[in-house]
Amino acid sequence: MSDDGARRGWPLYEVFVRGKRGLNHVHVGSLHAPDAEMALHNARDLYTRRNEGVSIWVVKASDITASSPDEKDPFFAPSADKVYRHPTFYAIPEDVPHL
Amino acid sequence: MDETALAAHFDATIAGDQRIEPRDWMPEAYRRTLIRQIAQHAHSEIIGMQPEGNWIRRAPSLRRKAILLAKVQDEAGHGLYLYAAAETLGVDREELTEKLISGRQKYSSIFNYPTLSYADVGVIGWLVDGAAICNQVPLCRCSYGPYARAMVRICKEESFHQRQGYELLLAMVNGTDAQREMVQESTNRFWWPSLMMFGPPDGDSPNTRQSMDWGIKRHTNDELRQRFVDMTVPQAEALGVTLPDPGLRWNAERGHYDFSEPDWDEFKAVISGSGPCNAQRLAQRRRAHEEGAWVRAAAQAYAEKQASRTAAA
Repeated sequence: MSDDGARRGWPLYEVFVRGKRGLNHVHVGSLHAPDAEMALHNARDLYTRRNEGVSIWVVKASDITASSPDEKDPFFAPSADKVYRHPTFYAIPEDVPHL
Repeated sequence: MDETALAAHFDATIAGDQRIEPRDWMPEAYRRTLIRQIAQHAHSEIIGMQPEGNWIRRAPSLRRKAILLAKVQDEAGHGLYLYAAAETLGVDREELTEKLISGRQKYSSIFNYPTLSYADVGVIGWLVDGAAICNQVPLCRCSYGPYARAMVRICKEESFHQRQGYELLLAMVNGTDAQREMVQESTNRFWWPSLMMFGPPDGDSPNTRQSMDWGIKRHTNDELRQRFVDMTVPQAEALGVTLPDPGLRWNAERGHYDFSEPDWDEFKAVISGSGPCNAQRLAQRRRAHEEGAWVRAAAQAYAEKQASRTAAA
């Protein structure tokens, strides 16, 4: 998937679109472009033909550092064993309001 | 992890109806099947611009022209979503384009039929896009994440394609006798090729079982074909056109329409290159690619110049 532009093809850009104000940018797909500016224009034409967005990010795919895709990876293990991070860990009497 | 453990994890993901994502381990055959299917699908969208593109400059009104332009632009977009999905499997888009224009990868047989009248624009929207929707809606739940997500976007847009076609036909059948005749004549030409879009009959489709086990396919070719016929008959009645199959009749026992077998010899001839427009479609795609070469080179040269200026500053 990585492409440094040294090949005859254009580099790959990943595209993120903010659907409307108040929402996060969300990954929608990718495209090839010779530079970031063209990537942005192409992303507008390709991914927002029907008002799907108010803002676009493009990022060179080769600039993304990713974790291993496997969700069972030990990388995520530390987040599973801290049950006290969840509100349901704490027992509160039923009759105490607003908690 | 060794291969057996990885394969077990893959199988469990599929069995749990979870999605496979690009950097997950997957069997080579799964990867190959997906690359072939997604590339073929992408090529179909790209080649699919041609039959209708043929009518853009001869659209009967500005309204129809604007609609047709938007539709053909969508087909290009669908092709690009799908090439992007294919690339997540480790193939290069340039390579896929080369395989298309050198005839080493196929596209849907339907686009090898000519568009002879403006009614064809309507009938393609109604029947061809209708058949495509039947095929594509289940693909939104395909086990490969990027393909499924591309299909969700595509299906949202296909609904416009089908409705614009049907509306165009409604306008024509409410017009003159000559216009009604055009709609009927176009329906006669596109009915059988549309049924062929679902692929060979189940008994002659050796890869279906494996694709269903992998969650790539959710229904067999014959199931989808039946669904399409059942959907389409009342739509034809509402238009007042006759579907050109004397064997078409309601079967109360099955709760489905019975219909005749398409001419599978014709289907085989068209996919192996002998359809009415195969050579023309590929030649036009090749020409467009070659004539666009200077644009790609210029954009690349500009990007390099800008990058070297930034580096020097």
